Amino acid sequence: MISLITYLINGISLGSVYAIIALGYTMVYGIAKMLNFAHGDVIMVGSFTVFWGISMQGFNPVLSVLLSIALCITLGITIEFIAYRPLRGAASSLVVLITAIGVSYFLQNIALLIFGANTKSFTSLINFGPVRLFEGQIIISGETIATIITCLIIMVCLTLFIKKTKPGQAMLAVSEDKGAAQLMGINVNGTITLTFAIGSGLAAIAGILLCSAYPSLSPYTGSMPGIKAFIAAVFGGIGSIPGALIGGILLGVIEILGRAYISSQMADVIVFMVLIIVLLVKPTGILGRKLQEKV
Amino acid sequence: MKKLRKALCLTLAAVLMTGTLTACGNTDSGTGGNSAASDTDSTESSVSSDAGVFKIGGIGPLTGGAASYGISVKNGAQIAVDEINAAGGIGGARVEFNMQDDELDAEKAVNAYNALKDWGMNILMGTVTSGCGVAVAALSSEDNMFQLTPSGSSVDVIKDNTNVFQVCFTDPNQGIGSADYIGQIGVAANDGDMVSRVAIIYDSSDVYSTGIYEKFVEASSSQPYEIVSVEAFTESSKTDFSVQLQKAKDSGAQLVFLPIYYQEASLILSQAVSMDYNPVFFGCDGLDGILGVEDFDTSLAEGLILLTPFAADAEDALTKAFVAEYQKRFNEIPNQFAADAYDAIYIIKDAIERSGATPDMSISAMGDALIGAITQISYNGLTGNDMTWEVTGEVNKAPKAMIIVNGVYQGL
Repeated sequence: MISLITYLINGISLGSVYAIIALGYTMVYGIAKMLNFAHGDVIMVGSFTVFWGISMQGFNPVLSVLLSIALCITLGITIEFIAYRPLRGAASSLVVLITAIGVSYFLQNIALLIFGANTKSFTSLINFGPVRLFEGQIIISGETIATIITCLIIMVCLTLFIKKTKPGQAMLAVSEDKGAAQLMGINVNGTITLTFAIGSGLAAIAGILLCSAYPSLSPYTGSMPGIKAFIAAVFGGIGSIPGALIGGILLGVIEILGRAYISSQMADVIVFMVLIIVLLVKPTGILGRKLQEKV
Repeated sequence: MKKLRKALCLTLAAVLMTGTLTACGNTDSGTGGNSAASDTDSTESSVSSDAGVFKIGGIGPLTGGAASYGISVKNGAQIAVDEINAAGGIGGARVEFNMQDDELDAEKAVNAYNALKDWGMNILMGTVTSGCGVAVAALSSEDNMFQLTPSGSSVDVIKDNTNVFQVCFTDPNQGIGSADYIGQIGVAANDGDMVSRVAIIYDSSDVYSTGIYEKFVEASSSQPYEIVSVEAFTESSKTDFSVQLQKAKDSGAQLVFLPIYYQEASLILSQAVSMDYNPVFFGCDGLDGILGVEDFDTSLAEGLILLTPFAADAEDALTKAFVAEYQKRFNEIPNQFAADAYDAIYIIKDAIERSGATPDMSISAMGDALIGAITQISYNGLTGNDMTWEVTGEVNKAPKAMIIVNGVYQGL
């Protein structure tokens, strides 16, 4: 029983990271109708920036985090501007998808060039110790608590942003109907840029949390969590923000419980099986809306 | 507008291409082919060039997750090659060494093998890891090229390949050696008792790890301790070990056996601390290199025990000279991989001298000569005394256990 609770907490923590990453996928998909497969590598860039700031330059952790978020936002906007915008409206959405994969390899190789392929040990930024419950039978690490709280704060802020602010409403409008939004005087390109900026900023935060909890960093750090978060986004209903939260957390819990109670080497099989089942049973995901084909 | 778009697409493609190409360039310069050549050039003068050149190729990960192994092997072998050339070569023939990167990828290892053959390799000192070794050995046995792996410890590397020999222990021997050590010599648990409950965490997607794991379990049945938890992980899920550690903890294991590589082990050590779990961690030669992980908090590895055949703090003259030279040239303390590679080059030298092989022999003829010679020699080196070889390719030598105390290896 005690271990079950521990597994659940670990699962929620892992799932929270997936959820934050999934937000980036889901927002970009909702608004630009494209899958940004370079998103996972933006996470890696974010973590490397913090690593560079703290371990190589000796900056203050807070400054490093801010720097990392700023850099990722710039990177997200730049990628969108250089790689995706010229292709918007291109003949096939496949073109953008392939470009995104290209950008992903580009970022990985740049990181390989700058930092080399050796795995770095990431120093956790969370400096409060573990919390012990039930006379030390359950130990919740500081990283776990920080991850879950950060995830909740981000969700609340993002929901408020979309519901209460003009740019947020513009995002909703663009995701609803790009053409109509443009006719109503919404700057569609600007809104898409803003989406990339927010998604990439979140990716930086996710990267820092991920590497604090699992302190190893390499140019490939972002790819696997990126793919899992993509599954989480599809699971929850791609394009839906609460869906990303639910999908991420469920996926994290399924992964950890599967590893604990089914088989520790089958964790990924289980995760990918979930994707297949969801696609078979409910292709739009848990909170996904069924889109009416326009006549 | 259309033109502009086309131009942008082209620019983007160009940017992407440059990225890929520069990355390749980097890998190439890291393989050390060039630097190795220039190093040997400096010692060339003392050896006559009439007697020809023995071209020894090396294959190992110089970049990527296991780069520490490949770099150590490259450095260790280079020291031996330079020493041999300075002392007059092998039978008057100079030795050249060329190490190629395989990034711990079997496919790239095969490419590296072909590249080395184009370079004119006579003998292969590689591969550094088992997975790549299996792929390369299939090719080298077709060519009947003499292959000596410093650290590719899986049985699959030598199995069915009469031309492949090992400097390191095979994985089964490491598994049996570890079981013997824990059971017979005994390890004190952190609560003061001797270890009686053992957990295992291994990488089920890796041939090295599963090889040791299987033999360890088999050999454990006759030992006084009990295996209470066996958990695995795979290549694609090797960051979160909370479940595996929680299970080990719940089962009351006093010792966790880690037949894995150092990179994952470093994560396991730090995650164990964050969940207040404090067993003895015990591993094999794959853990060698854990102290070199960048920014790794070495206090986490305190008390870690590993079976490895080489101790940099040993007092014999050979080890002292090697460690001093290595530190002078590469500014770090050599690990077991460097020592294996240093030995490998000298073993090749011994075998060449015993067989009387000359550089002008064909690859296959030289292979036959060296295969015949290596089973007859007895070699004293950094990683063991009186090392002899079976026809199967296995080495006979005794394992040593090391413990990490105050951030350095200490013999047990």
